[in-house]
Amino acid sequence: MKKWNANQKRIARIAAGGIVFVTGLLIPFSGYWVRLGVFLAAFLLAGGDVLWKAARNIAHGQVFDENFLMAIASVGAFIIGEYPEGVAVMLFYQVGELFQSMAVAKSRKSITDLMDIRPDYAYVLRDGEPEKVDPDEVEIGELIVIKPGEKVPLDAEVTEGSSMLDTAALTGESVPREAGPGDALLSGCINLNGVLTARVTKEYGESTVSKILDLVENAGSLKSRSENFITKFARYYTPAVVILAVLLAVIPPLVLPGAAWADWIYRALTFLVISCPCALVISVPLSFFGGLGAASRSGILVKGSNYLEALAQAEIVVFDKTGTLTQGVFRVQEIRPAVGSPEQLLELAAYAESYSNHPISLSLKEAYGKGLDSTRVTDVQEIAGCGVVAKVDGRQVAAGNQKMLARLSLPQPEEHAAGTVVYVAAEGVYQGSILIADQVKPDAAEAIRSLKNAGVRQTVMLTGDTKRIGEQVAGQLGLDQAFTELLPGDKVAKVEELFAQKTEKGKLVFVGDGINDAPVLARADLGAAMGGLGSDAAIEAADIVIMTDEPSRLADAMAISRRTMGIVKENIVFALGVKLLVLILGAAGYASMWAAVFADVGVSVLAILNAMRALKIKKEPA
Amino acid sequence: MKKAFRLVGLDFPNCAAKIEAEVQKIPGITAASVNFMTTKMTLEAEREAMPAIVEQATAIVKKLEPDVEVVKA
Repeated sequence: MKKWNANQKRIARIAAGGIVFVTGLLIPFSGYWVRLGVFLAAFLLAGGDVLWKAARNIAHGQVFDENFLMAIASVGAFIIGEYPEGVAVMLFYQVGELFQSMAVAKSRKSITDLMDIRPDYAYVLRDGEPEKVDPDEVEIGELIVIKPGEKVPLDAEVTEGSSMLDTAALTGESVPREAGPGDALLSGCINLNGVLTARVTKEYGESTVSKILDLVENAGSLKSRSENFITKFARYYTPAVVILAVLLAVIPPLVLPGAAWADWIYRALTFLVISCPCALVISVPLSFFGGLGAASRSGILVKGSNYLEALAQAEIVVFDKTGTLTQGVFRVQEIRPAVGSPEQLLELAAYAESYSNHPISLSLKEAYGKGLDSTRVTDVQEIAGCGVVAKVDGRQVAAGNQKMLARLSLPQPEEHAAGTVVYVAAEGVYQGSILIADQVKPDAAEAIRSLKNAGVRQTVMLTGDTKRIGEQVAGQLGLDQAFTELLPGDKVAKVEELFAQKTEKGKLVFVGDGINDAPVLARADLGAAMGGLGSDAAIEAADIVIMTDEPSRLADAMAISRRTMGIVKENIVFALGVKLLVLILGAAGYASMWAAVFADVGVSVLAILNAMRALKIKKEPA
Repeated sequence: MKKAFRLVGLDFPNCAAKIEAEVQKIPGITAASVNFMTTKMTLEAEREAMPAIVEQATAIVKKLEPDVEVVKA
């Protein structure tokens, strides 16, 4: 026969106790001792372990634990002759505990499933043969093989093969991304179809997967105000209720004429049953844990419940521009030929700038797309602060800014666009201009809108970029305020100024890409970083890490935070409300011990179920 | 150094809080935490002091929650 596990044993004991109990209720045993014997047997079957634990814990010097309270309540019921009540209290308590531990196990499982990104092994190529080893035994520079269906065990760079990767566990992004030779692989992703060979770039301990796991597992240690409140409350609640119970048992029979001892002791016993603070203590941290789980499933890592709590009160959101609201990559946005076709203009510019590695030149070459035949370019001459002059196919081509046009005594067109403009002239004749700019992220405008809808009072952008570009981007995205041409140190000063504008309860959130803005991330109430998949500095400095680099996720995180706080409040109000109600009814003699058991374990189970809702992700309609 | 253990059978957050409070009182320990959701107990101390501290922590768990098993994570 299979060995019974702890839960099955518990169920068997409760069932046996229940059967004996029902027998005792249905069959009208004549003798007093027979009746007592039957109920006592049911009682011991159902609650023997509680009595045992209570005795053992008292021996260890722990008095106010729930076993002790429950033991006193039910034994007390026996002493005043309420045998069925005594058994029923114990039975219901046990059933409730069983449900509670099942609910906890289930919620633990669904939360740990979210974190099921830990790789168990790695296939490392040693002497040309794949060898199965523990991921932390692999060293930097070794080659690993990742087959379809396997997790990427360490951060690495593909050397051979190509495949689609499922990054959902890291980013919440459901669309797989492609990886081929030269691409970086992040540990924790799942290889979907092709076999990949990759060179390890980071040790296991430094790899993305262990960083994330570490972060999520430690998130529980930073406790929110609500959690601290509950823990404190629980510390006073139980002794207070027990003292009330004692007073209730003793004072009224002495003071009130005609009050029966048994009646008041019964009322006092109901108090003891309600005195366990479990429902609260269990459901509040569980709700937060659910909220953190839901957030990490959407690609938002929140480093602690306190941050999740604070996010619900976001009042001012400050964004860094480059890399946060914009992609931080320069691209050709517009080609405006004055002569000939756009392709011809781009070709001229790309060739003229072909020897430069400036980001502007790189974006020109990228836009041109075709390989450059270097023999066509001669006599390259960089003119500092102006641009480049070179002979392309023997023609004298100049590419540069307005100063370049001035040098060539060409008329300077008026410019309104946000970005860098490259003017091109050939043989002293103006050919046209090319606009190169950093692109706004596709979801940036939506991010600002949804933050506003979520009740954020002010959205602000800080940038070191020029006034013209900064204000153009801010206007395009609908930000309330933009401060431009700031040095890194100025950003902290600006944030200080903004602090003065917020209300006492409101929070200031700073969103940056983790580059150059660590001091601001630290100064803000909440620092959110674009994780940029693996950017270490950002992950360290911030309280919230947006794994997908999408600013709109911040609004999602706020929605999750609000939902979680709602659930936490529901649980606190519900659990306290029901307990208080039953306490009042119990004191007045209207609540039976049965009702008290419900107020204790029933409420716990309901609160746990409610807390589990925090784990679900609800997509807010855009 | 840091050591992590799983507390198998840890069913009540109250117990987790109690264990955490007691373990933190062990002399020589630099940091200790019990995470109820992941049932993980983390102890931090100097390398030489570790074996004694692990022993004491295990004893504390046994005393407070005899049904909880301490497993090396």
